[in-house]
Amino acid sequence: MSAAQLELLLRLGDNALVLAQRLSEWCGKGPVLEEDLATTNTALDLIGQARLWFGYAGELEGKGRDEDALAYRRDAHQFRNVLLVEQPNGHYGDTIARQFYFDAFHLPLLRALSASSNARIAEIAAKSAKEAAYHLERSTDWVIRLGDGTEESHRRMQQSVDDLWMYTGEFFDADAVDREMTAAGIAPDPAALREPWLAMVRKVFAEATLAVPGEAWMQRGGKQGVHTEQLGFLLAEMQYLQRAYPDAKW
Amino acid sequence: MKEWPLWEVFIRSQHGLAHKHVGSLHAPDAELAVKNARDVYTRRNEGVSIWVVKAADITASSPGDKEALFEPANSKVYRHPTFFPMPDEVKHI
Repeated sequence: MSAAQLELLLRLGDNALVLAQRLSEWCGKGPVLEEDLATTNTALDLIGQARLWFGYAGELEGKGRDEDALAYRRDAHQFRNVLLVEQPNGHYGDTIARQFYFDAFHLPLLRALSASSNARIAEIAAKSAKEAAYHLERSTDWVIRLGDGTEESHRRMQQSVDDLWMYTGEFFDADAVDREMTAAGIAPDPAALREPWLAMVRKVFAEATLAVPGEAWMQRGGKQGVHTEQLGFLLAEMQYLQRAYPDAKW
Repeated sequence: MKEWPLWEVFIRSQHGLAHKHVGSLHAPDAELAVKNARDVYTRRNEGVSIWVVKAADITASSPGDKEALFEPANSKVYRHPTFFPMPDEVKHI
């Protein structure tokens, strides 16, 4: 097992887990009951995906770490999620913008991974892609309705997509891990996912009457474990029980 | 959201069966009503098809007309096809 492969699995699992934790924060507080359920449904899908990625990562590593150890016993700098998914929920438009940017990246990534030379990765990705396709439909619907809604919803949605834009650049950066995985046919070249993502963003924003943010300075580092201050607070809440009472069982 | 219309939701639980009314929900438009119905009513594998209808578009019989509408049928037993033996294999009748 290569170290790069473990990194890849952690990146995939951490994206799903951290976003799921953020979405779970809406539980019981959604703007309407229907959205509350839909949002937490998405969270549950992502937790399911994280479990599959972590389960495989733990097996590959062979040091006895299971999915729980990977989720609850790592510190912020050991997390490999992109910075976007750790950003706070904000108002519902912020949550929708974050979800749309991620879904539009996640679905093509999972579809490409479905053709991975690693059969286990291909299998997990194929299963997850079905869920991600629905997530993308839903977030797309909401970007369009809020963007092309009232004057106020349009203004706030534009602000949300502008604010989060700087966290989308690192999706498509390739580092040594990516290059090794791409060469082995295990994962797609991240740079190749950029055009389809941009095309999707342009298409949906056009319908939503939103302006696509222009060239801007991009925040980077999540995939290498350099996170924004937000992740620490998220982990403090998520990991509290296992940290305070190690090995506590339900 | 007070201004969102109410939608009645119908789910078909398996192929061959009819859509059945399962409840209602609020949504801004039909497309999102279907998605909301998926998330609210089919999370445990309940369905293979969803219909949504704006509650306002349903015309209902009035409870006050019950006697005139339904009671005349009470005395007409000959309309019940109970005199025919049905083969056991025939379902959903």
